Order: sequence, then C-alpha cells, then structure tokens
Amino acid sequence: MADGAAAGNDALVDRPGMLGVLMLAPAVIYIAAFVGIPFVLAILLSFSSATTGNPSIHGFVGLDNFIQVVREPQFVTALVNSVIVTFGTLALLLVLATLESELLARAFRGKRLVQTLLILPWAMPASLAAISWLWLLDSQFSPLDWIFRQAGILGPGGLFGPARHFYYLGRTDLAIASVVVINVWRMLPLATLIVLAGRLSIPRDLFDQAAIDGAGFFRTLFRITVPALMPVLLVAVLFTGLLVFGDMAVVALTTHGGPGHSSQIIPYWAYLKGIESGDLSGGAAVALFMLPALLVVSVLTLRFAYRSQEA
Amino acid sequence: MAVLKIRDLKRHYGKVTAVDGVDLETQEGEMLAILGPSGSGKTTLMRMLAGLEQPSAGDITLDGRSVVGIPPRKRNVAMVFQSYALYPHMSVHENILFPLKSHKVPRAHWAEKVDWAVDTLGIRHLLERRPDRLSGGEKQRVALARALVRDPELFLFDEPLSALDAQVRNIARAELRDLHARTRITTLYVTHDQVEALGLGDRIAVMNGGRVRQLGTPEALYFDPADLFVASFIGNPPMNLLHRGETVLGIRAEHFVPREQAREPQTALTFRIRIDQLEFLGSEWLAYGFDEAGNDESRLVVRLPQSRGDQVRAGQVHEFLVARQHVKAFDAHTGQRRADTGLAETAHG
Repeated sequence: MADGAAAGNDALVDRPGMLGVLMLAPAVIYIAAFVGIPFVLAILLSFSSATTGNPSIHGFVGLDNFIQVVREPQFVTALVNSVIVTFGTLALLLVLATLESELLARAFRGKRLVQTLLILPWAMPASLAAISWLWLLDSQFSPLDWIFRQAGILGPGGLFGPARHFYYLGRTDLAIASVVVINVWRMLPLATLIVLAGRLSIPRDLFDQAAIDGAGFFRTLFRITVPALMPVLLVAVLFTGLLVFGDMAVVALTTHGGPGHSSQIIPYWAYLKGIESGDLSGGAAVALFMLPALLVVSVLTLRFAYRSQEA
Repeated sequence: MAVLKIRDLKRHYGKVTAVDGVDLETQEGEMLAILGPSGSGKTTLMRMLAGLEQPSAGDITLDGRSVVGIPPRKRNVAMVFQSYALYPHMSVHENILFPLKSHKVPRAHWAEKVDWAVDTLGIRHLLERRPDRLSGGEKQRVALARALVRDPELFLFDEPLSALDAQVRNIARAELRDLHARTRITTLYVTHDQVEALGLGDRIAVMNGGRVRQLGTPEALYFDPADLFVASFIGNPPMNLLHRGETVLGIRAEHFVPREQAREPQTALTFRIRIDQLEFLGSEWLAYGFDEAGNDESRLVVRLPQSRGDQVRAGQVHEFLVARQHVKAFDAHTGQRRADTGLAETAHG
C-alpha cells in the first residue's frame, strides 16, 4: 500500500512541468495573498468612501479621493521630500558604495573586521537602530553636538554659534538631511555588496595594465573601474531606490514627518492618513501615487537583471 | 634601447619562494626569452620588472638606475599580458591613447605617436572598433600598438601567443620577430613553449624553481646544456640521459649514428640498442629502445633519417656510434655539467 502511494507521488512529480508548479506554488500563493489581494484592495479603496469606521468599498466615489489628496498642501511637500530623500540617498550611496567596494577589493590587514563592521547596519534590528539614531540626533543630549561644541563649531563664538545645539529633527533642512543619512547608513551594505560583486568580476589584468600604462588612482577609478561597473551600479541604484522610495520606517521612527509636515514623505503620509486618521480611501489614494514611479523602476530593474544574465 | 640588469632578485610569498636569486643582464636591443615550466617563477620575475610586485631582496637596474620601489607608471616599461588586457569599453583608438593621456604627453604629439604605432602594426582599419569585435591576432596587434606608443625602454611580453590558435600563432610569431627587428627595443619574452623561445629569442634564460638554470643562445642551450634540467627540458625529444655511476651522460637523439655509416669509429662510443618501437614523423624516424650493455632502465630515443626506416625493425638490436664531442656529462647528484675529459673512460667501462 505504502509502496503504491510512494510510486503514485513519484509519478506525479515526474510528470513534465509538475515539479515546477509544485515548487513555485508556495511562493505564488504567498505573493497572491499578501501582495496581490492587498494591492487590488488598495485600488478599490482609493475609489471608495471607506473609513476605518465603515470599511466598505461599495461607496464608489470615482476620482474624488485623488482630487482631494492633491489639493492638500502636504501633498506637494511629501512628494518633493520623497524625491529629495530618494535621490539624495542614491547619490551618496553611489559614491560611498563605489569607494567601499574599492576598499574591500584590496587585501589589507584587518579586512575581515572592516567587512563585518560595514555589513552591520544591515543586520541591526530597526528598533535598536532607531534608539541609537534618536540619541545621536537628540535635541539636548546629542553626542554629535557635544563633539561639534568641543571642536568650536557650535556654542558661543562657534561657526554656528552661539546656539549649543543643532536640533537635527527640529529643523526642516536638517530633518530631511538626517533621514537621508540614516537611509544611506541602512542601505550602504546592500549597495556595497552589489557593487563589490561587480568590482571583483573585473579582470585583474586590466588594473595591472592601467598601472603600467601610467594611470593613477583617479584615472583608473573613473576610466577603468566605473565604466566597467556601470551595469551593477545601475542595478544597485534601481534596487536601493525602490527600497528607499517606498520606505516609511526611517521617517516614522525619527522625524514623524515633522516639524509640522515639513519632512513628510508619501508612504508615511499614506500611513498617517489611512490608518492613524482612519481615512482608508484617502490613504490608499496617497499610496497609489507612488505606483507609477515604482512600476517604471521595477520594470527597469527586471530588464537590466535579465540583460546582465544574458550577457 | 636600454640595458636591464637584475642582481640576486628574490621574491617570497610567506614561506613560498617564487623567485630565488635571479641574476640576468640583457644586451642592448636584444630579445631575451625567459623559458620555464609553469611555477618556475618567470611570471613573478616579469611582474617585478614591471613594478607590479615588489622584490623581497635584490636589485633591478635599467641603464644603471635602480627601479626598485618605483611604481609602474614611473618606469618606462611596457608590458603585454597573456589576455592582452584591452580596455573593453574603449575603442581601439582610445585604448592606444590611454598611455599617452596617463603619462600627460602633450596633446600635440598624440596624432603623430598614434599614427606611428598604428602603421607599424598595420591596424589603421581597426581604430574605431571595440575589443570584443577583434579576432585574437588583431587583439594582439592592438595590445602591441598600445605598448609601443609610449616609446618604452623595455618591453615585457607575458606568454603573448598562448591565447592564439595554432595557425595564427605562427604568423604572430613572425610578426613579433619582425616588430623587434624594426624597433630594436630591448624585450623580455616569457613563455613555457620552447618552440617560441628557440624561434624568437636572441638568447634564452631557462628558469626552474625560481632560479635561472642557464642563459645562452638557443644553440648553446641545445648543444651545451648547463645542467640536467636544461638537458631534459630543451629539445624535442629531450636529451637522452644515461646513468653511469656518479655520472649522467647526455646524448641528443640525432647524434646516434648507425655503425655502418660512422666515419671515425675509433673516436666514438658504441651503444648496442634493442629497438622496441618506431615512430614515423615524415622527414625522419624516431626509434625507441634500451641500451643492451647498460644496467639502467632509461629508454633511449634515436633519430633516424627517412631512408633508414625500412632497415630497422622493432625487436632488433642495432649498433650506434656517438662521437665523443657529442657526449655531455653531468654530475648525478648536483645535476651540474662536468668537464668532458676523463668521462669518456667511465663511459667506456
């Protein structure tokens, strides 16, 4: 009996195409349940008058939610901030990931330790990271301020004096800059790993040849390394760009979009509106404003990933 | 044109010694081949000359100036890698310009220098192409042009022909020979292929175990090997080695003369060889067999002219004479060459 059952299972698995279907099924079901259905719901919600008190999607209101959202003053602020944060993060990431991979591609004493330290932000729990950053950026007890005061940059007579604090999260420009810095800190390990993989696949002969041909560090970097890295830099940009643009955790844990709404970003505003304020349909509409950008970037990412696979 | 001198050069990697005290001196404008099996230290030696590796000890001088510690870009040394290492995202023209830009050669001289290098190698029609659109032979010529454009004092070639197809290789070898004849730039040519070394080198340095075993003309290496390594490495087939007590006798396959053809039998050594295998090579035969009188196991190879093939059969015993000046003697323990005199007596016994 048992033998017969086992043979039956084997026959099922042996059938062409069956094994593939079986192995893909869990992933497909997972994505359909937790990504696909919520996505469809979000679209339906955005055209309805649903609230947390009355989460029915039957009240069809057309584009009213979108029109209303666009008219709110926070909309432009959040959109502009989202773009600034994403592009600011990417610009810094590109430079730092390239330099870091350049460092890690070389042999030096203590390399393993450096590697471990550089990967650490990726492994750190968000809550722990938030506590550290909130302390670093605290209005009264920031150790950064203390260092700046010791260096004579802050405090009476300092370059930015006589104030004794920067109030990082209390000023719009510094709040947005802080969000960018934290995003860079968080994404740098991923970006570096992507770029490093590309860096290590460049044949060593090219660097030896460049050295013999007389190229110094910068000429080698900009004329040999970066052109050869272009495909992976693009993948790194698209990949981390997606993650940063759609992320609300950094803002939620640090500035809360403040002061006021001045450091608001689209995903966090969608969350505040839809969940905290109970305006489900409005929140869905805000979130859907990210869809075109995310869609374009996702398609580009997949295309480049496939192209580099074929090459 | 420069004279390169290498004195007691060493390079260790941890406990591994890659180059173990190399002394070499080039002559002005010569093509010196560095020949050795893989792992003999020849590539490490080359990389030290280019400045890509720092020696652990010893000195390298170019025209009397020491270059140890000077970075590659400040040495006027050009190197062509086995892979050619063309910059993949640059056109042929940009590849050739790269060393000029890097060395801050004034823009006014670029066209003239590029024209000269391009015409010397006949690659004008390739200038706008990308490296991935070039054949192996074309890549080599572009790599040579890029090396030549700086007017280097010293050329280093690291196995430049090994990436080419067999047919292209012969043509490329002739082109290298021709290029060197025209430019007379002192050239070091690393290879593991003795046909390349014998065919290209004015002189050859045979390396093994991180040392230079012998430096000499191709003829000297072939006819007068300095030790057993060179004797067994150079020539195809390699030298026959016969163990006679403390001495090893080396005899080239073509120096065995059938008794009936020998001119002066009284000044020669006699070998009775039992033939066990014959190989037809077209212009000649190779006969393999054992010395009947010898007490050692080493198999001998005898080269026979085409016309004698039908007179020798496997299983037969034939007498061969070898003129005394063709018998080289080596010390069985050190492997070093011994003076020939006196050894002939030992051989007789």
